[in-house]
Amino acid sequence: MQLTGAQFTQAAALAGNDLSTFPDFPAEIRAPIGTTFGVSAFQINFGSRAIKTAGDALDMLVAMNPAALKVEIADLRVGGMLIVDSGAFSDRNLRKAGFDENPLEDGSLDGYRVIEIDISRLTLEAVKDHGVSKKDGLRCKNMWALGLVYWMYERDRQPTTDWLTTKFASRPEIATSNIAALNAGHAYGETAEMPEGVARFHIRPAEIEPGLYRTVTGGEALSWGLVAGARLAGLKLFLGSYPITPASPILHILSHLKHHDVVTFQAEDEIAAVCSAIGASYAGSLGVTSSSGPGIALKGEAIGLAVGVELPLIIVNSQRAGPSTGLPTKTEQSDLFQAVYGRNGDCPIIVLATRSPSDCFDVAIEAVALSTKYMVPVLILTDGYIANAAEPWRIPDFDTREGFPVKFRTDPEGFHPFLRDPDTLARGWAIPGTPGLQHRIGGIEKDFDSGHISYEAKNHKRMTDARIGKVSGAARDIALQEVVVGPTSGKLAVVGWGSTFGPINGAVSDLLEEGVEVSQIHVRNIWPMPRNLGDLLRGFERVIVPEMNAGQLVKLLRSEFLVDAKGISKVTGQPFKIEEIKTAIRAEMES
Amino acid sequence: MNVVPAPEKLLPKDYATDQEVRWCPGCGDYAILKAMQKTMAEIEADPAKTVFVSGIGCSSRFPYYMETYGFHTIHGRAPAIATGIRLTNPELDVWVITGDGDGTSIGGNHLFHVLRRNVDLQVILFNNEIYGLTKGQASPTSRPGTKSPSTPDGSFDNPVNPSTFALGCGARFVARSIDTALKHLPVVFRRAHENVGASFVEVFQNCIVYNDDVFADFTDKKVAVDNQIFVEHGNPLIYGGEVKRGLRLRPGTVELESVVIGENDVTENDILIHDETNHTMATLLAAMPRPQFPVALGVLYCDPSESYDRVAQSQLDLTKKKKPDDSLNKLLRQGYTWTVQN
Repeated sequence: MQLTGAQFTQAAALAGNDLSTFPDFPAEIRAPIGTTFGVSAFQINFGSRAIKTAGDALDMLVAMNPAALKVEIADLRVGGMLIVDSGAFSDRNLRKAGFDENPLEDGSLDGYRVIEIDISRLTLEAVKDHGVSKKDGLRCKNMWALGLVYWMYERDRQPTTDWLTTKFASRPEIATSNIAALNAGHAYGETAEMPEGVARFHIRPAEIEPGLYRTVTGGEALSWGLVAGARLAGLKLFLGSYPITPASPILHILSHLKHHDVVTFQAEDEIAAVCSAIGASYAGSLGVTSSSGPGIALKGEAIGLAVGVELPLIIVNSQRAGPSTGLPTKTEQSDLFQAVYGRNGDCPIIVLATRSPSDCFDVAIEAVALSTKYMVPVLILTDGYIANAAEPWRIPDFDTREGFPVKFRTDPEGFHPFLRDPDTLARGWAIPGTPGLQHRIGGIEKDFDSGHISYEAKNHKRMTDARIGKVSGAARDIALQEVVVGPTSGKLAVVGWGSTFGPINGAVSDLLEEGVEVSQIHVRNIWPMPRNLGDLLRGFERVIVPEMNAGQLVKLLRSEFLVDAKGISKVTGQPFKIEEIKTAIRAEMES
Repeated sequence: MNVVPAPEKLLPKDYATDQEVRWCPGCGDYAILKAMQKTMAEIEADPAKTVFVSGIGCSSRFPYYMETYGFHTIHGRAPAIATGIRLTNPELDVWVITGDGDGTSIGGNHLFHVLRRNVDLQVILFNNEIYGLTKGQASPTSRPGTKSPSTPDGSFDNPVNPSTFALGCGARFVARSIDTALKHLPVVFRRAHENVGASFVEVFQNCIVYNDDVFADFTDKKVAVDNQIFVEHGNPLIYGGEVKRGLRLRPGTVELESVVIGENDVTENDILIHDETNHTMATLLAAMPRPQFPVALGVLYCDPSESYDRVAQSQLDLTKKKKPDDSLNKLLRQGYTWTVQN
């Protein structure tokens, strides 16, 4: 189903629509088909206007079995179109999904425009001459449904046909059956008598800034951004990682980029993953480690080492719902405290948050620039939603981008490992192999003036101040906080971070059109925060902070700026809907 | 004609830092440090290309005293950090210094994986069978019955044998020595250095404060000759002072027995010849129980295979050859793209 969704996404993009997707799949590999926990769903919102989210209520739902219907029907708007594979509504499947009565017969779907088609039978019919088993034949039914939907939205089948031919090059009978099913679904739309009122939809291309586009997932954009950042810094990229959902795409993507000077190392555990990255940075590469919350927890001590020895390090957290194993495939943004505070000792690092799949590219480059300039770890907060979701991306011209090449320390004159640049407070990066700069570093406190081990009380204060000062000083390199939409001061600011950008932007834009005085502020630099953020917030009578957690940024804002910000929390493992944010804004306005 | 003067050969003392060494007086670590500095001079190590990486514990202070690059990291994780260093710069000669707590307890997993992967580096494990820096608790190598602050009635967990552990992990080089074996230690270190791949050296090291003389039953001068066997590839496994003993396979079994040469018709011809490429023999030698058997020292096992970092490098080179274009603009534009017109 995820592959089918990716094909439809591409078709929408090629038709010039703006779009946003939300792949929602179970944690289990090949979870039993027909059970409600095994439902793999793919949601796409596309259109001829700017698309901010994967959509609130569904206009059309394609349910391939009773379980999918049971799980997804609540999201279909009243009057929406429901296509069901009636061939999959057997007694057994109904029981598996927990239906006592067949919903196709008991009137419970009367509020929708239901199109019942025996897709299973029609698919088998379509593939019967292609020499595949019944089991393999039935697997083509997603393509049949896709063919029908392509007909409804006037989409071109050719790219999907090409894709199937390439994907199943070694099993041509699978390729031709899938293509036959796709064509049969399309022909069904063309020839069958559809119920009254069902017609083809013509979705015009959206008004989009001219340029060269592609679709991109967060995993791709982040990986490419890291490669780009390393290139701009003049460094080789090293990724030490351990498989974990939903962070693994970054390991997979970077593993295929050896020709871009990328070394990947699948370590024995999360700790070894971050430690190998620290070793790589120590030796002069850009060390990166990528994980999700539980893995980041394991890396805590090593991140502290990188802070103590003042080496560059990029840590990527693709957040998922917690605590503990939580909901591995469901999204949440509840690791903000962990990112900012989650280590022993006074252990400041820089924290950035990505707001959408394509935004990951620029955030990754900014992370590399800050980490190498200030010799400090930078943690990038992204989430499972961003990692897997796709959106169109206007491809930047990398060749015109200005670099920030690293200068390693090579001069032995007056050298010690903790000599600091007076402006940035960053220590010099002297890598093994440099003649005459032999030195020792470690997790024990160092003397500010000599770099040797020091247990001296006053020195510890001085070094603690230097580490904190270095990170807070990085705020000079951070863009001032801007208001995304709405007035720069006034009644109500809606402050968000991370992947809530889309729904907040959708909600605030809609309300502005209605004449409501409301503003959107979206924080990318979680730590240190933009220098003007406090003043900006104080310019609003009220501040609300919608977050997919129990209230983390809101507490940070309150403690840093003493503003009376109020949290709006959603922890269902699903992104906010635009309507939910609107409701929260209206409620705040009326209270 | 200009004659370029030969670079001055460095002496062992040139590998010592100006830092005051802070181990307890009489600690076995001093002797190991000296042996390492001697080894450095012998192999003419370039201080700028040599890196000592350690974890946490008494032994892990070692890098501070070596005039090379050094990284004193966190408890148990040195092998992982060293792996990152090797994968980044294959020109660096990397030595991991660890102890029985650091290496076989908190860092057991990393030791396992660095050995099985065969990353080209040397791991020197100082085994004193006790936690020193945390003030004397029993460690995974402590013998059953060890009384310590955390085991007042005696420890009762089954100890690990670091050398058999290393062999079980798939290490391709395993050797042993003793802190006070001033002549033998540099030989073992040099062999470890020569081996391409992960080399594991266990050094029996006396902790004078918390576990003094725990190895005295085979290291004490008076008993050493009858309780140690220095194994050498191609030589018979013979040891002993006045009474010459040897090791042979007990007939009809795959276990060793210690026999007296000249007794019961046993001659030197009956004694096993050490084959350092034989994994089974190495395992039998490393596992010999005391006091029925001597402690095997020297290179127990050396059977090199391709190192992890070399394969990583060759995969990288091959990919670069196949895909010489590293244009980032092209990477971003591969796959389906479309143009939006005005």
